[in-house]
Amino acid sequence: MHSNRYCNRIIVLPFSVLLEIRVKPDNSGVVTDGVKHSMNPFCEIAVEEAVKLKEKKLIKEVVAVSCGPQQSQETIRTALAMGADRGIHVEVAGKDYETLGPLQVSKIMAALAKKEDAQLIILGKQAIDDDCNQTGQMTAALLDWPQGTFASEVSLDGDKVKVVREIDGGLETIKISTPAVLTADLRLNTPRYATLPNIMKAKKKKIANVKPADLGVDLTSRLEVLKVEEPPQRQAGVKVETVEDLVGKLKETGRI
Amino acid sequence: LTSYLSLQISRPWGTCQAAWRCSSSRAAPDVASDHAAASSFPPLQTYSEEESMMREAVKKYAQERIAPFVSKMDENSEMDEEVIKSLFEQGLMGIEIDPEYGGTGSTFFSSILVIEELAKVDPSVAVLCDIQNTLINTLFVQLGTPAQKEQYLSRLSTDMVGSFCLSEAESGSDAFALKTRAEKHKDYYIINGSKMWISNAEHAGVFLVMANVDPSAGYRGITCFIVDRDTEGLEICKKENKLGLRASSTCPLNFDNVKVPEKNILGKVGHGYKYAIGMLNEGRIGIAAQMVGLAQGCFDHTVPYTRQRVQFGKRIFDFQGMQHQIAHVATQIEAARLLTYNAARLKEAGRPFIKEACMAKYFTSEVATLTTSKCIEWMGGVGFTKDYPIEKYYRDCKIGTIYEGTTNVQLSTMAKFIDKEYDY
Repeated sequence: MHSNRYCNRIIVLPFSVLLEIRVKPDNSGVVTDGVKHSMNPFCEIAVEEAVKLKEKKLIKEVVAVSCGPQQSQETIRTALAMGADRGIHVEVAGKDYETLGPLQVSKIMAALAKKEDAQLIILGKQAIDDDCNQTGQMTAALLDWPQGTFASEVSLDGDKVKVVREIDGGLETIKISTPAVLTADLRLNTPRYATLPNIMKAKKKKIANVKPADLGVDLTSRLEVLKVEEPPQRQAGVKVETVEDLVGKLKETGRI
Repeated sequence: LTSYLSLQISRPWGTCQAAWRCSSSRAAPDVASDHAAASSFPPLQTYSEEESMMREAVKKYAQERIAPFVSKMDENSEMDEEVIKSLFEQGLMGIEIDPEYGGTGSTFFSSILVIEELAKVDPSVAVLCDIQNTLINTLFVQLGTPAQKEQYLSRLSTDMVGSFCLSEAESGSDAFALKTRAEKHKDYYIINGSKMWISNAEHAGVFLVMANVDPSAGYRGITCFIVDRDTEGLEICKKENKLGLRASSTCPLNFDNVKVPEKNILGKVGHGYKYAIGMLNEGRIGIAAQMVGLAQGCFDHTVPYTRQRVQFGKRIFDFQGMQHQIAHVATQIEAARLLTYNAARLKEAGRPFIKEACMAKYFTSEVATLTTSKCIEWMGGVGFTKDYPIEKYYRDCKIGTIYEGTTNVQLSTMAKFIDKEYDY
């Protein structure tokens, strides 16, 4: 039996998001060609938390995993420059990448967590492009691990993790056993910049390449995107002089 | 390195380049990015992964940690200590210094990219970084004895700013007419004289002073001395009240019987003039990068305004007159950038680069002047106020045509090269 076992390995899952959103002319999705990617802000916070735990010597190794095409390697390198020890690039390209959603990613994460014998998985709570907020929770369910989501404070205590969660009503503090899945919220920490020396060191860190098939994961999507539209253009407003005018206008446009 | 090797397996055409990249961590001139197709002559704006990452990191850092201080630093004519500290923390002050001495261990081109990014936010901060990297650090790395490197390089990369002291009140462009004297006694020298226009002086911990040990030998007596800040007799006088680059301290220095041990000579006695010219040839490219960044930063602040401001029922950007001017300036900035990058890559490749460096410095400073002037016009009345950052860029750019070799000096140097090219 384990008592007072310290965590050995954390997997973080930094995702890259588009910096500029434009809907494709055929409304089938968002333009991705040639658009700049950058690490999802919540994922930066997740990576930072993992690196901090390693600096406190509470865990031994941080592994950064990213699923996607070649460009995902940049995201992994950024995580390495922030302090992760090694990276795993799960190659998903082309059509598969377009339909890659939280369910597929969590299957990949679950498979990797078992393969790498991780004690903690830390993800950003959601990606700012699709706002799904599902991957962390699904991964925990697939692994049957406890989850601490929307974390604004994380502390390790032997083989348990104390998580302060930001919920609608305020803050909730829970204690969960490891292995566990955590998702990072905005106030968990302030991510460090990759300093130039660390960027240089990151060049020497290893990134392994893996295919989803090697992990036994089926990437078929259960969802079909029917249409993607921009939100309606904001119409100009109308100024009114008096309250009577206001009420009149509201009635006129059928608002009341 | 493993990741590069795995790239080799998936893309056999890249084997030569990938293997070559593996064997030397110092970036070679035409390093292709991972996405460059089978072309072995990638465009000038092609960066190694490390260069791209550095540029992104510095961009973010500059926006978050420098931008908030820019206006105040300009008004008070004072560089914020926190800014200087964070420059060191980010590894920006020892870019080419070996990690053995706490440096970043990267390349000259990386320095150029860093200076450009910093200059987009504050040209004063960029020049502090430029002087440290392209003048001070390079001199120590190339000329320092093991003892000197041991003593100074790790400080230069972690917490100590350096200053380069060549100009005097009576000798600017005519640098070798300098009068500061160093008299030899046994195993030390006594330095007397004054220097002027010394950047970074307010915060520098070490000064590289060009003094003449033998005026009868003319410029062949000029020697480079390492003078620590707290040396008795060294006086750092009140900084100049400048038009632009105000946050960068520019001070006169007085040397009153300053005693400097012989071991503090950098390089060889009487070779100082060579070192000065050599360093300034490279420093020129750094200044070019600063001017490109300045122009781009100013431009980036201005175009959004022209897209928002509506007059006569349309965006001022939509007037043909405006579009033509804007496109013209954008072209000049692009050309300036390419001249700068090419000069930097030539230098890294060990190929002759002096003429190109002069061209880069000359052209970019002219472009910066044009760009900032036009930007104020495009902004209209608000461009003329201090509430907007444009007027600062306009004031900052002017020094570009003056320092580290005036435009006239650059042109004359270029002409000498051109003349030689037609000798047969």
